Amino acid sequence: MRQALAMFRRLDRYIVPVLILGGWEVFSRSGALPAALLPAPSTVLWAWADWVFGTDGNTQTYSGNWLFDMLASFSRVLAGFAIATALAVSVGVAIGWSRTVEVIIERTLQTLRPIPPVSWIPLAIIWFGIANKPAIFLVFLGAFFPILLNTIHGVKTCDRNLIRAGAMVGGGNRQLLRFIVLPAALPSIFAGLRIGIGSAWMLTVTAEMVAVKSGLGYVLWDSYYFLRYDLVLAAMASIGLLGFLSDFGIRLVMARVLHWQRNTTIQSGES
Amino acid sequence: MATIEISGVSKVFKDAKRKADVTALDDINIKVEKNQFLCLLGPSGCGKSTLLNMIAGFEKPSSGTVTVDGQLITAPGSERGVVFQQANLMPWLPVWENVGFHLLLRGGQKAVRRETAQRYIDMVGLTGFENHYPSELSGGMNQRVGIARALLMNPQVILMDEPFGALDEQTRMDMQNELVRIWQEHQGTIVFVTHGIDEALTLGTHVAVMSARPGRIREIIPLDLSRPRDITSPQFNEIKRHVLDLLRSERAKTSLETLDHP
Repeated sequence: MRQALAMFRRLDRYIVPVLILGGWEVFSRSGALPAALLPAPSTVLWAWADWVFGTDGNTQTYSGNWLFDMLASFSRVLAGFAIATALAVSVGVAIGWSRTVEVIIERTLQTLRPIPPVSWIPLAIIWFGIANKPAIFLVFLGAFFPILLNTIHGVKTCDRNLIRAGAMVGGGNRQLLRFIVLPAALPSIFAGLRIGIGSAWMLTVTAEMVAVKSGLGYVLWDSYYFLRYDLVLAAMASIGLLGFLSDFGIRLVMARVLHWQRNTTIQSGES
Repeated sequence: MATIEISGVSKVFKDAKRKADVTALDDINIKVEKNQFLCLLGPSGCGKSTLLNMIAGFEKPSSGTVTVDGQLITAPGSERGVVFQQANLMPWLPVWENVGFHLLLRGGQKAVRRETAQRYIDMVGLTGFENHYPSELSGGMNQRVGIARALLMNPQVILMDEPFGALDEQTRMDMQNELVRIWQEHQGTIVFVTHGIDEALTLGTHVAVMSARPGRIREIIPLDLSRPRDITSPQFNEIKRHVLDLLRSERAKTSLETLDHP
């Protein structure tokens, strides 16, 4: 009994995915829908394998090109996300810390924020052409605001007593900012980064469908035109996987940087 | 030469919402000599913390001046160490970095910071907890870290705002003994805010009894009691009775006022 329970503990997280995939496989093979409309997981896997390793050439021009497509998308995400992080954190700290800066630029930024990044696509194409740049620009737009808002929040909610303690030991404004406000805002900044990386992937894929001729989003849209729904699904799965991995990467960094939070929050019990 | 001089200090808090100004402190005059241990004793709301914050430089008097060694106080500074009601430690720094925070801000070498911090960690009896984080320690231990942080700056003046208020009786008594020991070894001027009569009489060389609304100094009583102090001795109780009388007549006065203006 105890052994069965231990086994369940180890397998519990796989139960739902296995049920979904199994049900889907059975449903697709049952013939309730034409096979082309909802390819079975096994078919998707077959197409995916060829896309990644070039096994039998069933994905034609994409055969064996996955790594290249993946890197194209990933580099766009990385570039846009890095620019967004650098800018949003510095602007956010300035807005949170200085009333003057807040008055001067906060209203403008809050007015730009509700404009969906996707609606910038026409302008992005006119300004940057069809290549990496418009995609990076969109990724930047998507990641910038969540990081900015969380940074402002983190700075503003910094405990005033800690600032007093810092002033008491002889800290000037710059030192207070660097040694107290910034570390105090980090948990909030990381929350912003995790939301930001999600938007970043969303916008890379959107940009690649419209304004770029490479990357996972481009393959997805192109396969749709060629009625290769198995490849569409393989592209979707690839994007999901990479999104998950980039978020996982941020969480690893976060666990290192915020290790002082261990055992102080509910989250710290999580493995 | 007097270390701390408070002359003619008043503090009025403007309450714009209710259009009524509150006089928290009214014409306070105190001289604290070098190496004195002054306890500010009074009921809550008598402005004793406000007075301490003005010596620390966190707040400015509405009128009057606060000087330390002749220097007019306008801002916080590391020659005045403050121990807060709550420890106010940086939760992301281990104990030794918190103790050496002063040196961290000054850009000191890590090895030097570590070594200096260690001396003060040993002094407050936290040896072995150098690498713990504040969240891993008890309230009393965190308060010790706060004391060590203030001592490390080697300040001429230490200001303490009910630092043991949140501790249990046993721990508080231990900490009081510890504080007296450190003060005797270290020397320096201490201003200690408390609402505990026993605490004030156990610690201080002088007690300033304050009255509330507006905050005024009723009387400054020198304490000529031998240390360690025996809180059951006749002399101790005699002074305690006097202090209680001062506080009681204060209470009677305020309740009469309330009757006059219901």
